[in-house]
Amino acid sequence: MAEVLIVAEHDGATLNASTARCVSCAEEIAGDQVDIAVFADDGQALAAQAAKLAGVRTVLLIERAENAHPVAAVLAPQLAALATNYSHVLGPSTTFGKDLMPRTAALLGVGQLSDIMAVESPYRFKRPIYAGNAIVTVEANTGATLVATVRTASYGQTGSGGAAAIERRETDASIPAHTRFVELRTASDGSRPDLQSATKIVSGGRGVGSGENFALIYDLAEKLGAAVGASRAAVDAGYVANDLQVGQTGKIVAPDLYIAIGISGAIQHLTGIKDAGTIVAINKDEDAPIFDVADIGLVTDLFTAVPELTDALGD
Amino acid sequence: MQRILVCLKRVVDYNVRVRLKPDGSGVVLDGVKMSINPFDEIALEEALRIRERGEVEEVVVASIGTSDSQQQLRTGLAMGADRAVLVETDAQLEPLTVARTLLALVDRENPDLVLLGKQAIDADNNQTAQMLAALWQRPHAVFVSELSIDGAAATAVREVDAGLEVVEVDLPAVVSSDLRLNEPRYVKLPEIMKAKKKLLETIAFAELGIDATSQFSVVSTDPPPERAQGIRVDSVEALVAELKSRGLVDG
Repeated sequence: MAEVLIVAEHDGATLNASTARCVSCAEEIAGDQVDIAVFADDGQALAAQAAKLAGVRTVLLIERAENAHPVAAVLAPQLAALATNYSHVLGPSTTFGKDLMPRTAALLGVGQLSDIMAVESPYRFKRPIYAGNAIVTVEANTGATLVATVRTASYGQTGSGGAAAIERRETDASIPAHTRFVELRTASDGSRPDLQSATKIVSGGRGVGSGENFALIYDLAEKLGAAVGASRAAVDAGYVANDLQVGQTGKIVAPDLYIAIGISGAIQHLTGIKDAGTIVAINKDEDAPIFDVADIGLVTDLFTAVPELTDALGD
Repeated sequence: MQRILVCLKRVVDYNVRVRLKPDGSGVVLDGVKMSINPFDEIALEEALRIRERGEVEEVVVASIGTSDSQQQLRTGLAMGADRAVLVETDAQLEPLTVARTLLALVDRENPDLVLLGKQAIDADNNQTAQMLAALWQRPHAVFVSELSIDGAAATAVREVDAGLEVVEVDLPAVVSSDLRLNEPRYVKLPEIMKAKKKLLETIAFAELGIDATSQFSVVSTDPPPERAQGIRVDSVEALVAELKSRGLVDG
C-alpha cells in the first residue's frame, strides 16, 4: 500500500497553496494515506492549517529553532529520517521543493522524479522535459522510496474541511551548521495576489519599455484583481523584480485568465503559461509567437490599448 | 582558494526547436546542434571571474558523457578554464548517478567550490547540485544570481519564489547558477587555438566503480497536448466583449 508524506511549504505564518496542490496529487497515488510534515520553529498554527486540508490523515509537526527558515541542508536530514515510514515523499516543484527534495533523496540513496504532471499509477507518472516540448511517461522501481516534486500548475488545491490529527515528532537527525540563512528580500508588498495561486494574471514583457511604463500593467491588474507577472526579458531589463518572472526558469502558472502584454512569446515563457485557461495576447508584432498559443489575440500598440482596456473594464 | 570545479553538460542547443521521434522513443538528436548547457556556461563564467579577481588559482571543467562531450570541454577551455576532465560513458545517467560520479571527481580534485547550472535544459531535472552536496556532506546554494567569496565562506543571493534569499555557506560548497548570475563571454578565435593545447584528461566511467543502477525508465516520449486554435480580435472593444462572453470579466 502506498503511503505519502508531503513536506509543507510555508513562510512561518501561512501555509503556501502549493501544499494543498501536492495533496491533490498525493490522493491519486495513495488515496487517504496522505500525511503532511510541517517543519517550523513555532508551528502549531501552521499544523492546524495543514490539518484542515481535505484528504490529509495526519500532520506531523517537527518544531525546532533551526527550522525557522527553509534551509534545505537543515530540513533534508529530518525529512529523510521521517521518510523511512513512507513509500512516497512529495514536495512542490517551487523553489522551496526543488531545493529540498533532491538533497533529501540523495540522503536516502535514491533518485528523485521532478515535476509530476500526471499520475498513471503509484509508480508511473508523466513529466515535462525540454521546457515542456515533450512529455515523458516514466516508470519508477517499486523497491525504492519514491521522492518527487509535484508540478503545482497541474493540480488544483484540495478543499478545506479536513480534520487530521496533529502529532508532534522529533527526529534524531544531526543538523549541519554549515548553511546559514541571512535574509529574505521581497519586492512585493503582499497587496497583490500571489502569482502561483492567482486566477488572473496580467504580464508584461520587453515591449512595455521601462519600469515606469509597467504602471500600465499594474493599473490593469488592479482593475481585474489580478497578479502581475513578467517575461524574462522584462526582468533582465530591470523593469521588475525576479519574483515576477514566469517561464521555464521562473514560475509556472495556471490562472483562468492570462493577459500577455508586449511579450513576444519565447518558448521558455510559453512553457510557464501552458496551463492557463484563456491566454490573451496584446502585441504590435503580428508575427510574435505568443499569438500561436493565444486564445484571443489583439495586434495593436499596447500603449493605447492597455489604458483603453483598463477603462473599459468598469469600476 | 585553490580550485573551482565546474560541471558542463552537453545538451541540444538552446535555439534548436526539438523534434520527437514518431515512434515515441525520444527526441531526435542526430544532426542537431549541441552546446554547453546555458546554465553551466554561466557557472563557468562565474568561476573565471572569481579567478580573474585573484580569488582562486585554478578552474577545472568536467563533463560526463560520450566522447562528443570533448567539444563542450574544449569550448570551456577556450572560455578560459585551465584544464578539463571527461568521464566517458555512452549510458544515460540519472542525476543521482551523475552526483555520485561528480563526488568521485571531487575526491580526486579537492575543489573549494563546485559550480554548475541549476538545471540542464534537456531533462529540466534541477537535482544534481543538491544531490552532490548531500553526498559530499557539504552545503549547497542553488538558483544563485550573486556570489561573493569571503575567506572560508561564500555569500550567495538566491532567486526564490518570494524574492531574493541571502545565505552564507562554509567552503567547500556546491553552488548552482541561475540566469542572472552573469552574461558569459564570447570565445575568440585565438583562444580556441590555445585551448587545443590545454590538458583534457579522459577517465572511463567503469574505472570509477560507481553504481549506475537506474531507478526510472522512460516508457514513452510524446508531444505535449496542443491548445485549440485561437481567434484574433481587431479592437479593445471586441476583446472586452469576448472576455465578457467567456465569463472571464464582470459584466
